[in-house]
Amino acid sequence: MKHIKGIFIHITLIIVCFLCLLPFLWLTSTALKGPGENIFQYPPVFMPEDFTFENFKMVLTLVPIVQYAINSFIVAFFTVILNLIFSALAAYPLARMEFKGKGFAFFAILATIMVPFQAIMLPIYIITLKLHLTDTYSNFAGYLGLILPFAVNAFGIFLLRQAFLGIPRELEESAVIDGCNSFQIFTKVLVPLIKPSLAVLAIFTFIGSWGEFLWPSIILTKDALFTLPVGINNLQGAFSANYRLVAAGSMISIVPILIFFLSLQRYFIQGTNEGAVKG
Amino acid sequence: MKQNYIQNTQKRTPYLFLLPAAALLLLFFFIPFFQTIIYSFQDYSTDIYNPIFGTLSNYKELCHSHTFIKSLFNTFWFLALTTPFLVIFPLILAILINQKIRGKTLYKLIIYLPVVVSIVVVAIAFKWLYAPKGLLNYFLEIIHFPAIDWLSSPNVAMVSVALVTIFKGVGYYMMIYLASLMSVPKELYEAAEIDGANEFQKHTTVTIPHLMPTIALVSTISAISALKVFVEIYIMTKGGPLDSTKTIVYYIYERAFENLDIGLASAACVILLVVVLIFSVINIFCFERKKYGL
Repeated sequence: MKHIKGIFIHITLIIVCFLCLLPFLWLTSTALKGPGENIFQYPPVFMPEDFTFENFKMVLTLVPIVQYAINSFIVAFFTVILNLIFSALAAYPLARMEFKGKGFAFFAILATIMVPFQAIMLPIYIITLKLHLTDTYSNFAGYLGLILPFAVNAFGIFLLRQAFLGIPRELEESAVIDGCNSFQIFTKVLVPLIKPSLAVLAIFTFIGSWGEFLWPSIILTKDALFTLPVGINNLQGAFSANYRLVAAGSMISIVPILIFFLSLQRYFIQGTNEGAVKG
Repeated sequence: MKQNYIQNTQKRTPYLFLLPAAALLLLFFFIPFFQTIIYSFQDYSTDIYNPIFGTLSNYKELCHSHTFIKSLFNTFWFLALTTPFLVIFPLILAILINQKIRGKTLYKLIIYLPVVVSIVVVAIAFKWLYAPKGLLNYFLEIIHFPAIDWLSSPNVAMVSVALVTIFKGVGYYMMIYLASLMSVPKELYEAAEIDGANEFQKHTTVTIPHLMPTIALVSTISAISALKVFVEIYIMTKGGPLDSTKTIVYYIYERAFENLDIGLASAACVILLVVVLIFSVINIFCFERKKYGL
C-alpha cells in the first residue's frame, strides 16, 4: 500500500515537473534547429534534426543582448542596494523608537502596500519626465528613472521592522552604556543581526526588478538602455520571420537568473513565507 | 547646553532615519496617488493644457463605455479563472511534496522555476505552444480532441491567458503552503490514523483545517495579483480578439500611454484602486496582521 502511494506521488510530480519545463524545453528545441528545418512543421518535431548553435551566435551579434543583461543587472543591483539601505533605516525607528507621528508614519507606509503601482503609474511617469530622469537626457538619468520609483518598498520596511523587533533590547542597552549613539547602534549592533532578513529582501527585490516589464517599457526610449524583458519583447517584432532567433534570445536571457536562482535556492525556499514579496 | 543639544538631536533621530524612505515615497507614491485622484475629476476634452476641474465627466464616460465595462467584467472573469486554481493546485502539490519521498528538493526547484523566469519569456513561449499548428494542439490531436483556437477565439483567449498566469504562479504559492505545512503537529496525523482515517481523510480532517489561514491568504494575494494582470495580455493578445482579454490595467495602459487621455485613464485608475483596496484591506487586517505588526 505504502509502495503504491509513493509511486503515485512520484508519477504525479514528474508529470507536473514536465509541464513546468515544457515551454522552456520547446524554446530550447526551437533555438537549436537549423535553417534547413521548418519549425512550424506539423506534427511538431522535438529533437532538432539540423542541430546548430548558429541561432545563439547570430542573435548575439544582431542584438545587444549582453548589453540588455548588463542594464538589467545595473538596475536590479542598485534597486536592491537602495531598498536595503532605505528600508533598514526606516524600519529601525518604527521598531525601536517612540516619536511624534509614529502611528501616522506606520499607517502611511502600510497604505502604500494597498495601492497598486498600475493605478498611479501615469502621474509617476509625468513626474519622472519632469525630473528629467529619462534616457533622453543621459544614460545615467535613464538608469535613475528605472531605479528610483522602486527604491523603497513598504514590504521591505515591514519585513525588516519585524526582524528588528526580534532582537533583544538588552543588546542595545549595553551598546548605549558603551557609548554608542543611535546610528552606531544601528550599523554596528542591529544591522549585522538581521542579515538573514536582509538576504531574503535582497533576493526577492532582485527577482522582482529583474523581471519588471511594465515600467521600463513605458519609460525607455533608447535601445542602449533596454533591460532584458524589454529587449526580449522587442525581438518578437524584430524577428517575427525568424522564431529561432527569438527562441535563442529568450533562452540566453534566462541564463543569468537561472544561475542566481540555483546558487541561492536555499534562501528562496526559506524566504518565501517570510518575505512574500511577489516578483 | 550640551545636554540640550543631545536631547535635540535625539528628538530628530527617528525622523532622520525615516527621511530617505519618506522622501521617495512622497515623490513616487503619495504625490502620484493624489494626482491620480485629482486628474480623474478633470475634464481635458476642451483644452488639454487648461482642464476644467471638478467634473464627473470622466466617470460618466466610463460608465457609458462598453469597452470599460467589458474590461471590468473581463478582469473579474480572469480572477475567477485563476484564483481557484492558484489556491487548490499549489495546495495539492505542497501536500504531495511534503510526504516522505525522495527528490523533494529537485521537485521543488523545478516547480518553482517558472516563478523566477521573466513573465515576458514565459508569455512568448506559450504564445508559441498556443499556435494553431502548435504543440498543444498536437497533443490534443493525439488524444483525439479537436484543435482549439487558443488565442484567436474570443471565448477561449482569456482561458489561455489564465493558464499562463497559473503556470507562472503555482510554484510561488506552493512554497507558501510548504512553509505552513511544517507547522502542522505530527501527533494530529497519528491521532487521525488511530481513528481509522485513510490518506485522503487525514488531509481533509487535519491538513486543510490547519492550513485555513494560509488558504485564505493565498486566495487574497492571488486575487489581488489577478486584478493587476497586464504583461501576459500585452505580450500574447494585446487585449484581443474583440476586446475579449482587455482587463482594467490594459485599458488604463491604452488610455494613458496610447490615447493620452489623462482624465479617463485616471478615472479608471481610481476604480482599479478602489477594487484592489477592498481586497488588500481584507488581506492585511484579516490574514497578515502579524507580518505588519497590527
